[in-house]
Amino acid sequence: MRSLTDIKELTVGEIDGLIETALDIIANPKKYEQRCDHKKMATLFYEPSTRTRLSFESAMIELGGNAIGFSSADASSAAKGESVADTIKTVACFADIIAIRHPKEGAAHVAAINSPVPVINAGDGGHNHPTQTLTDLLTIKREKGGFENLTVGICGDLKFGRTVHSLISALSRYGGIKYVLISPEELCVPEYVKDETLIPGGIPFEEVRDLEKAMPELDILYMTRVQKERFFNEADYLRLKDTYILTPDKLKEAKPDLCIMHPLPRVNEISVAIDSDSRACYFRQVQNGKFIRMALIMKLLGV
Amino acid sequence: MVIGQITDGIVLDHITAGRGMEIYRTLGLGSLGCTVAMINNAESTKMGRKDIIKIGKIIDLDFTVLGYIDPGITVNVIRDGKLVKRDHLTLPERLINVLKCKNPRCITSSEQELDQVFRLADTQTRTYRCVYCDSKAK
Ligand SMILES: [Zn+2]
Repeated sequence: MRSLTDIKELTVGEIDGLIETALDIIANPKKYEQRCDHKKMATLFYEPSTRTRLSFESAMIELGGNAIGFSSADASSAAKGESVADTIKTVACFADIIAIRHPKEGAAHVAAINSPVPVINAGDGGHNHPTQTLTDLLTIKREKGGFENLTVGICGDLKFGRTVHSLISALSRYGGIKYVLISPEELCVPEYVKDETLIPGGIPFEEVRDLEKAMPELDILYMTRVQKERFFNEADYLRLKDTYILTPDKLKEAKPDLCIMHPLPRVNEISVAIDSDSRACYFRQVQNGKFIRMALIMKLLGV
Repeated sequence: MVIGQITDGIVLDHITAGRGMEIYRTLGLGSLGCTVAMINNAESTKMGRKDIIKIGKIIDLDFTVLGYIDPGITVNVIRDGKLVKRDHLTLPERLINVLKCKNPRCITSSEQELDQVFRLADTQTRTYRCVYCDSKAK
């Protein structure tokens, strides 16, 4: 049974295939509206993430299927102390495919090895969130036409931001990518990203502190949220959260076709004044998330 | 130096010098109730110095644990005074319930009935990672 817990489980060819399918869904939605007739997806959300859950559920519904599930741990049997493995084996009796989000790292792996039906990791703590990465890739494809020869700026919390690590790992498999990693020193990219992806791949990257200075050369600016729940103390969070805020005047030197992305939800790292700028892609990115999830559900269900 | 010949038993040869005691302890050789000879710092043409352990009984050995502690070990099984089997150990691909994940955010920290599983991530640096959270074993 094929599941998806880590973006690295997909080959470049498979990712390209999912993107092709998603583009076809966007072009011909009618063709897909009954692909998952009478099929059910269970969305098991042990921690709340309304956006991700709604994206999965609407993806399933647009394919003609249905969605069941829970949206927080207290609404589930986990509150009574049931293990992930037992919950999965039970839910698999009702559902054809499962999307799981859990605060603990590796929970999706536990789910996948215990499930007779496909499991999609919808985020396991700070570890993996492969459908966010697929969403980001589809967005870059649609906005930029491809993945070659791009200078990609990534700004904010590069240490704990899981979306950043898997985006770097996935994008690095394409040619001609250059990274500008913009963050305070405390939140810079962990060593393992450099040791396992950037350095062995010979991928050019620079680590800088100043967002405005980096702006002129960027084709993509990926902003991230400084996540409160990843900090152990409040003072560190308060000190760092406002460090990198994107405002219209910081965009003065930016390329006219810059693509501004953000995994959302944002706190205040992108000023709302930027939302009306055509370079702001983050709400289109949300929409792409639904299309790529539709493509993934079809692939895993083999329909 | 010759240490008593074994009729039936196991000789762990080519142990990295200094690791003998760790293996002795990990395998619980002290509680076997048979002769166990520990030879430290023996001369070796291949390794300079090595440790050797001779066990006077044929026992089931956990090759996985042994290979993890010291992948260069040769295991010789002797029966009726003759060498009947020789195994060269390698670094195991997976370790089950040998190491424990120390990442407090790992699912194994809240669901303790899960097996602790580590996979060999890099043979050169002998790096093992938790299959659940990918944390490096320390
Ligand atoms: Zn772990």
